[in-house]
Amino acid sequence: MAAVPLIQGSQDREPVRKKPSQFGDVIFANLTRAFAVLALASLAGIIVSLVYGAWPSIQKFGLPFLWSADWNPPLAKFGALIPIYGTLVTSAIALIIAVPVSFGIAIFLTELSPPWLRRPLGTAIELLAAIPSIVYGMWGLLVFAPIFGKYIQPVLASTLGNVPFVGKLFSGPMIGVGLLSAGIILAIMIIPFIASVMRDVFEITPQMLKESAYGVGATTWEVVWSVVLPYTKAGVVGGIILGLGRALGETMAVTFVIGNTNFLSSASLFMPGNSITSALANEFAEAEQGLHTAALIELGLILFVITFVVLSFSKLLLMRLTRREGGKT
Amino acid sequence: MNLHKKRKLINRVALTLSLAAMSFGLFWLAWILVTILQLGIAGLSVSVFTQMTPPPGSAGGLANAIFGSVMMVGLATLIGTPVGILAGVYLAEYGQHTFLGHATRFINDILLSAPSIVIGLFIYAAVVVPMGKFSGFAGVLALALLVMPVVIRTTENILRLVPNSLREAASALGAPKWIMILQVTVRASQAGIVTGILLAVARIAGETAPLMFTALSNQFWSTDLREPMANLPMTIFRFAMSPFKDWQDLAWAGVLLITAGVLALNIVARFLFKEKISNS
Repeated sequence: MAAVPLIQGSQDREPVRKKPSQFGDVIFANLTRAFAVLALASLAGIIVSLVYGAWPSIQKFGLPFLWSADWNPPLAKFGALIPIYGTLVTSAIALIIAVPVSFGIAIFLTELSPPWLRRPLGTAIELLAAIPSIVYGMWGLLVFAPIFGKYIQPVLASTLGNVPFVGKLFSGPMIGVGLLSAGIILAIMIIPFIASVMRDVFEITPQMLKESAYGVGATTWEVVWSVVLPYTKAGVVGGIILGLGRALGETMAVTFVIGNTNFLSSASLFMPGNSITSALANEFAEAEQGLHTAALIELGLILFVITFVVLSFSKLLLMRLTRREGGKT
Repeated sequence: MNLHKKRKLINRVALTLSLAAMSFGLFWLAWILVTILQLGIAGLSVSVFTQMTPPPGSAGGLANAIFGSVMMVGLATLIGTPVGILAGVYLAEYGQHTFLGHATRFINDILLSAPSIVIGLFIYAAVVVPMGKFSGFAGVLALALLVMPVVIRTTENILRLVPNSLREAASALGAPKWIMILQVTVRASQAGIVTGILLAVARIAGETAPLMFTALSNQFWSTDLREPMANLPMTIFRFAMSPFKDWQDLAWAGVLLITAGVLALNIVARFLFKEKISNS
């Protein structure tokens, strides 16, 4: 029935060639763009709200906030030196431990491991990153710190503690918790991040470069050190800095084991301290509205600025490596 | 010692150290997991799932905290996922070479690694202060902000793996771009996108820092998003720091639940993604 008019129509009219409607496309493109803008806006929102929240403290203390060690809520005096010091020192300890270990793991996963073990071992290391930080914290406080204080710290004090200059870092009360313990827990937490970036960049080294080196008789170590590492330098540094960014902002694990005190009397790493994140975690809920809260938010702002710079730097290095990679192939 | 021997020796030492590094990493994983299993199973009982969080010194469970966590994580995923997928589609399909695309990609990678405690502070200043009190709703928003970058990143990466010939084939048949995206590229990447969502859920399930200034915690059963809401991570934090044995046992049970859930999600996500790769 319907076929008849169609045939008639086709006799006296050209078949309709309709351009597909642009309507859906315009809506969909703008919808997705709006959400991309939303992601950008959330960053702007973070910065604006932190500056706004920290404003009373920024106004009152100005720049000396950064290097004043006086943190005294009852007297309404606030200085960020001790939390900043704690954050930097724990992150530095974490990097000193995590970088060589991650390097070793990445070499193992790319050069040494039998192929069938690569995937399970790589996954196992990555699972270290999946464990929530509160788990590290509780485990660190209740399991690791007592053992560390009882067995490891005395050994450190009697060996490294006697070395001139360095010795000062390894003396003092052996109570398990403190800057050193926090640094070690942080190291375990960032190893998977650094190791997996290193593994990924090692894997993009062209096979031909490695084979040529092996072909002229280089050992595995010489191939890694003189061929793979120079080729992937930027990526390796990017991975390390990514790990640093993680360590700087880690909250719960540090809060549990750093000891939480705002006094710092010696250079010893055995001493309890405070980091930016642990100060926030401990004091924020009890802080009075006003200057105390504003000072804490300013700490958060400082942390955000530091991690922003560090992560941008890491991202730029990694981007440079991929761009070079893209140019060559 | 001749040069040849020396080089071989150095090689052997370096490779032994590499093996040692690998063992070092696995050692911590094993130690942590064994402790959690031991102490967690010891603390686990039926009452953990049926009773409310107790006052100090008495027995109880984690029912309200488990419920609160599931509810907040679920809602945060529901809010964060569509935003993340759509923004990821923009980055992969529309904005590859635009300024907005580059800027968003860069900022998103930074948000991905930004300290979660700062996200908590942001929601505190933007939601909690204007509302005048801590609330489950604020907690949901903070977690959703953590879901978003993970989903954006995985969606974009997975869409880029779709071969351009598929896009060209769809366009050649006359499909408008948005139909092409929804029915061809997004469909082809379903498994990858789901993987991203699972990883995002795994990431927020154990997050404590962003809840500290937003949802806070609640000792009682509460389903009201306008009120402070109980959740597992904050309960573990409070209980683990306490001197009471009952509380610490419950905290270990909570740690076991969270860790088991997060690791299971991670492993399922990896499995899904591997299937996908071997299919194509």
